[in-house]
Amino acid sequence: MGYRTPLYDTHVKMGAKIVDFGGWDMPLHYGSQIEEHHKVRQDAGMFDVSHMNVVDIKGANVRPFLGLLMANSVDKLRTQGKAMYTCMLNARGGVIDDLIVYYMNEQWFRLVMNSSTRSKDLAWLDATSREMEGVSILPRPDLGIIAVQGPNAREKVYQALGEGLRSATEKLKPFFATSIGELFVATTGYTGEDGFELILPGKAAPYSWQGLAEAGVAPIGLGARDTLRLEAGMNLYGHDMDETTTPLESGLAWTVGWDPASRNFVGREVLERQRAEGVTRKLVGLVLEGKGVLRDHQKVICGSAGEGEITSGGFSPTLGKAIALARLPTAVAAGSRCDVEVRGKRLAARVVKYPFVRNGKSCVE
Amino acid sequence: MSEIPKDLKYTKSHEWVKAMPDGSVAVGITDHAQQLLGDLVFMELPKVGAEFAAGKECAVVESVKAASDVYAPVSGRIVEVNGLLTDAPETVNKDAYGDGWLFRLKPGSPGELKSLLDASAYKAVVEAESH
Repeated sequence: MGYRTPLYDTHVKMGAKIVDFGGWDMPLHYGSQIEEHHKVRQDAGMFDVSHMNVVDIKGANVRPFLGLLMANSVDKLRTQGKAMYTCMLNARGGVIDDLIVYYMNEQWFRLVMNSSTRSKDLAWLDATSREMEGVSILPRPDLGIIAVQGPNAREKVYQALGEGLRSATEKLKPFFATSIGELFVATTGYTGEDGFELILPGKAAPYSWQGLAEAGVAPIGLGARDTLRLEAGMNLYGHDMDETTTPLESGLAWTVGWDPASRNFVGREVLERQRAEGVTRKLVGLVLEGKGVLRDHQKVICGSAGEGEITSGGFSPTLGKAIALARLPTAVAAGSRCDVEVRGKRLAARVVKYPFVRNGKSCVE
Repeated sequence: MSEIPKDLKYTKSHEWVKAMPDGSVAVGITDHAQQLLGDLVFMELPKVGAEFAAGKECAVVESVKAASDVYAPVSGRIVEVNGLLTDAPETVNKDAYGDGWLFRLKPGSPGELKSLLDASAYKAVVEAESH
């Protein structure tokens, strides 16, 4: 038996197929992964992501602490509730984890980090905080997270959790959060659709989930979560980047906060060098021309430009085609053709800019 | 619980086999197998005329989750493949024992059919895997 979220029994009751997910017993799907995928693109679905690691950072020196640890600049966080996506790097510029930082006030920032990297993340935060006064690291295993995503997600959340939420959240722009009592509501997500991520006391999660289900929000497993994020062109830690790749080699250059130049964050030296000299590999999108499915680690052959590898591959239910993120030589241009080696055969694919899908609509020709 | 029709033969690797009146056998994957794989999105079926020894990989079924080999339940030559699956692989999820058949094979020696599992023996295989 693995770790279980407060919603485990609820998932079993709703007919989930439970699988081991990095030591956690999590729902893979509740019947059909593809139907769940379409439900999120067309209506509203909810994901239990309570396995993720919520960490509150409190104290007088939180801002300089995060300025040292995060590749993106917390200087961008000046408005209460503002959220920011960032990588946390090692000294070699490799990605220890990717996460979202929420700015609550000068004494309190909230981090939402990956589950699979929990122990090394906490060790890294703790080690760094020991060198700095006025920083407390407070993991929050008492909290659960329900992501409600889809074009009708917001309305259904109001229907389920009370109209009182409307005035507090309807003006929230993307990538903001607000606290309403014990409920933390964020306009972040991992699907490319509108919606909320609700962080709430774990003991309140089953009741809220039930209410959302009664409002017509479909339960969605981690299988569809992966195809949705891949269509949305969002990186997955451990697949598209890890400690051996930098943000510049992982399609995440946009998340690096270069200004001010005086902010000497961990990994900066390596990123500056790569920025000056140029990187040799980059992350691109692939669309398979014919039938088949692209999978992680398949070899990509780009003629004279060289070779690369698929980092996240799968079938896109929205496009009805196989798509992938792949790390390829920098010389390979969008629009060019390449071959993917699948079971000894070479299948033709097209290099594209991603995202593949946003707000329910295809972004590739 | 998955469906296991009494009138079919089975393999430990989750193929089903149905003897046809013309002496060929129809082959598919079981209801249990399609449940394990999840939504199917692509089939790589053998070429008509190709010959396979029993237990050899002869087709690949790919779901949203993973690719999985299909093995020839008995030795023989492929006489027909299910063209419907090219555009509608999900047929296997909906009707694993009917419209979701994968291919028909002309067995090299009819005796091999006897070595296949019957429904109750296959049920035991499935139950052993679920525990």
